[in-house]
Amino acid sequence: MIEAVLIMLGIGATCGIVLSVASKVFYVWEDPRISQVEYFMAGANCGGCGYAGCSAAANAVVAGKAAPSVCIVAGPEAALEIAGIMGVDPGTAEPLLSHNECLGGHRAADKYYYDGAQTCAALASLHGGRRVCVVGCLGMGDCIRSCKFDAIHMGPDGYPVVDETKCVGCGACETACPKSILTVRTMSQRLLHFNELDDALAPCQQTCPAEINIPQYIDQIRKGDYAGAVNTIRERNPLLLTCGRVCPHPCESYCRRGLEDEAVSINQLKRFVADWEMNSGQRLPIPCAPDTGKKVAVIGGGPAGVSCAYFLRRLGHTVSIFEAMPRLGGITRYGIPEYRLPDQVLDWEIQGILDLGVEAYTNHILGRDFTIQSLREEGYEAIFLGIGAWKDYALGVPGEDLKGCWKGIEFLSKVAGAPDKKVPVGKRAAVVGGGNSAIDCVRTLLRLGVEEVYIVYRRTRKEMPANEVEIVAAEHEGVKFQFLAAPVRVIGDDNGHVTGLEYLTMELGEPDASGRRRPVPVEGSETVLPVDMLITAIGQQPEIDFLEKEAEKDNLAITRWNTFDNDPELLQTSLPYVFTGGDAATGPSLVVDAIGGGRRAARSIHQYLTGEEIKTSPKSLLKKHIPESLFKTVPGVIKKPRTPMPELPVADRITSMVEVDLVISEKDAVHESHRCLHCCRLCYDPEVPETPPEAQVVAQG
Amino acid sequence: MEYIEIIVAGIFVNNILLAQFLGNCPFLGTSKKMETALGMGMAVIFVLVMAGTITWMIYNWLLIPYKLEFLRTIAFILVIASLVQFVEMFLRKSVPALYSGLGIFLPLITTNCAVFGACVLNTDKELTFMPALVTSFAYAVGFALALVLFAGVRERILLARVPKPLQDTSIALVTAGVISLSFYAFRGMV
Repeated sequence: MIEAVLIMLGIGATCGIVLSVASKVFYVWEDPRISQVEYFMAGANCGGCGYAGCSAAANAVVAGKAAPSVCIVAGPEAALEIAGIMGVDPGTAEPLLSHNECLGGHRAADKYYYDGAQTCAALASLHGGRRVCVVGCLGMGDCIRSCKFDAIHMGPDGYPVVDETKCVGCGACETACPKSILTVRTMSQRLLHFNELDDALAPCQQTCPAEINIPQYIDQIRKGDYAGAVNTIRERNPLLLTCGRVCPHPCESYCRRGLEDEAVSINQLKRFVADWEMNSGQRLPIPCAPDTGKKVAVIGGGPAGVSCAYFLRRLGHTVSIFEAMPRLGGITRYGIPEYRLPDQVLDWEIQGILDLGVEAYTNHILGRDFTIQSLREEGYEAIFLGIGAWKDYALGVPGEDLKGCWKGIEFLSKVAGAPDKKVPVGKRAAVVGGGNSAIDCVRTLLRLGVEEVYIVYRRTRKEMPANEVEIVAAEHEGVKFQFLAAPVRVIGDDNGHVTGLEYLTMELGEPDASGRRRPVPVEGSETVLPVDMLITAIGQQPEIDFLEKEAEKDNLAITRWNTFDNDPELLQTSLPYVFTGGDAATGPSLVVDAIGGGRRAARSIHQYLTGEEIKTSPKSLLKKHIPESLFKTVPGVIKKPRTPMPELPVADRITSMVEVDLVISEKDAVHESHRCLHCCRLCYDPEVPETPPEAQVVAQG
Repeated sequence: MEYIEIIVAGIFVNNILLAQFLGNCPFLGTSKKMETALGMGMAVIFVLVMAGTITWMIYNWLLIPYKLEFLRTIAFILVIASLVQFVEMFLRKSVPALYSGLGIFLPLITTNCAVFGACVLNTDKELTFMPALVTSFAYAVGFALALVLFAGVRERILLARVPKPLQDTSIALVTAGVISLSFYAFRGMV
C-alpha cells in the first residue's frame, strides 16, 4: 500500500515538476492584460461575441480588434472594467447590427429547382443557388438557424427580417450566409460603404452620385414612414432639402419605369420628405459615433465641405469648417439663386449639421487669415480642401472689362450676398453661355427688372449643358435665345459703358471629342446685339492664389484646369494629409457630385486618421453600372401619369425672388411612390392590371 | 513484415473509432467540417504516439516491477493530462506554426478516450516496446482516417434530403454506424 501511495506521489510530483519546469523553459510572453481582460468576461465560452471562447475574445480586445464591450453576456459594467484595463473609452465601440440587403426573396425568378437540399449552404455550393440573381437571398434560412438570439425570422416575402432590438451584432448570420445578404456593420461602417459590384443595387442607386438607397426611401414613403425615408436619405446625403430642389436627378434617367412609361419623379419625392421634416417643426435626431478626439479642418463650407464635415462628425471626429464668405453654403448659397433655393431653407438645413457639433468659422479666407500649414500647427490632423470653383473664365475678346460687364458667379454671388437680393442692372442684358449658371443669370436678371434678356450660345438648344427643366422655365419666362452665336467683341461708348455685343453666326460642323457637333463660324456674319449689360457665364475653375503663401505649395499637384490632382476613388491629393472633393477636385459639376465626393473624402480621411491604409474596395463601382441590371424592356408596367412639378405661374414669380418650384402634395407623393417598381439588381415588382369588379364576379362564379 | 501487419491491423481491422468505438465524442463533435477534422486528426496522431510511448514505460518499468497494475487507470490519466499540457507548452514555444494550426484541438485531447483506450489496449496485449509504439501510431492514423472520411460524408449529407426528425446528429450517428459496418469487412484480414 505504501508503495502505491509513494509511486502515485512520485508520478504526480514528477508531472508537476516537469510541467513547472516546462512552463519556465517554454515560457512565451503574453500580454498580462489578456488574462485581466478575460477575468471580467462571463467565462461562458458562449461564442456570442463571434470569437472562439472568452480567451480568444480577450486576445482580440488586447490586440485592438474587438471593443471592450465585446462580451455580450457580461454587460456594461464589465465593459467599463475592461475599458479601464485597456485605458480606452468604453464607448469607442459602436454597436454592431445586422442588416438585410436583399429586397427580392421570392419575387426573384428561379433558375434551378433543387430536390432535397435543405440549407442555403447546400444550394450555394451547387451552381450558386436557385435564384437568377447571383447576389440575392436563397431563402432557406441558414441565418435564422445560426442566430443564437432569436433575432432573425423569415419574412413573408422570402427574405430574412432582423429584429434590431434583439440583435447583438455577433456576426453569426453573416458567417452563415453563403451570399452577403446579412451584413453586420456599425453605423460608421455603413456610412462609409460605397457601391460595389456585388451589392444589391437598383439602377437608380447605381447612378446617384451620392449613392442614396432610392428604392428603400420610396418604399418608406409608400408605407407612410416619412421619418424613415429622411433617415435613409441622410445616410448618404445630408443636404436633402437642397438636392430635393436643385438636383438634376441623373437617377431618373436610369429609372426602369422610364423604359416603358415616364420615369418615377424621384427628386420630387425626396423634396417631399425633406420639406415634411422642415415643416414638421422638429429635427429628426442624427446619431453620431462616440468622439475619437481627432481634429479635422474643412476648408470651404459648400456642399462638398458640409457633406464631408457631416460624415466626419458622424464618425466621431471633431470638425471645424473654415469659410471665406460671410455664411455657409458655398455655391448653393451664392451661385444658386434665391428663387430656386431660398436662403431660409438652406439655413435650416445647414443648422442641422452644425447642431451635430461642427464648428464653423465664416469670413476666414485661406491664404489671408490662415494657411494649410497654420491649421496643421493648430493640431488639425487632416485637411479637406473643398474650395469649389469660383473663378469665372473670361471670354478673351476685346472690351470685356467695360462698365456693365459681369462674370457669372461674380454676378450671382453679388445678388445672393445683397440683403435685399438686388443689384443695379440695365435695361437690355445678354448672358453668354449655355450652362446652368447662364440660365440662373438670365432668370435672375428678369426678376431684377431687366426688360429684355438674351442668352448667347455658340451651339444650339440641343447641345446646351443646362438642365432641361431650367431651359424650359427660362423659355416660359420670356428669355430670348440667340443660338449659334460666338461673341467676338464687346462694344462700348465714350464713357466706357457697354452698348452692344458683336457676334459671329456659326453653323454646326463635324462632331468633336465630346460628341457634340463643332460650331464653325460663317464668314462675314458679324452682327451687333445692342445691350447695356453683359454677363459671361462660360464656366469656372478653382481659385488657387492662396498657394503662394503655402510652405508646401510645390508638393500639392495642380491639374491644368487648376483643380487639385487627386485619385477619384480616394480624393487624396499629393499631400498625404490633404484631401479634396467637390468642384475643387472635379471642376464645375453637380451639387450631388460634391456631396458624394464629400463622403468619399470622409472615408479616406477616416482611414487616414485611424491609421489604416487609405484604400477602396477592388469591386468598387464608382458611378459605373452593373451590366446585368440594365434592361432593354421592362415587362409588367402599366402606364400611370407622372406627377407634374407644381410651380408658380410666370406672372406671379417673375417680379420677385419667391421660390418657383413647389412641393408636391401628400396625395401626389403617395401616388408617385406607388409608381416605383421597387427595383433591385434584377428583380422588381411587376404591376398587375386591376381586375374590374364584374370580371371578379365571373371569376368567383 | 510484422510492423506492416500491426499497421494494417491498427488502421483498418481494429480501427479505434469504427471497430472499437472509442473516442466517439470528438468523432461527432469535430467532423462537421473537413478543416477541423484534419486538425483534430493531426493532433491525435501527435499526442497518441507520445502517450503510447510514455505510458508503456510507466506501466512496464514502474507499475509491473512493484506489482501495482491496479494503479494503471489513474496513473495513465495523470500522465496523459500532463503530457498534453506539456506538449502544448512545448509547441507554443518551439513550433508556433503547428501550435496555431492545431489550435483548440490540442487541449481537447486531454479528455479523448481514444488516447487512453489505445494505451490501455497496448498494455492489455502485453506488447513489447516497438510494437506498442507502432500500434499507437497505427491507431492514431486510423482515428484520423475515420474522422476525415466521416467529415467528408457529413459535408455531402448537407446536400441530401434528410427527413426532419433525422437531421444533424441523428443522421450522423446512422452514418457512423454504416461506415462502421463497412469497416467490418476488414475483419479476419490479419
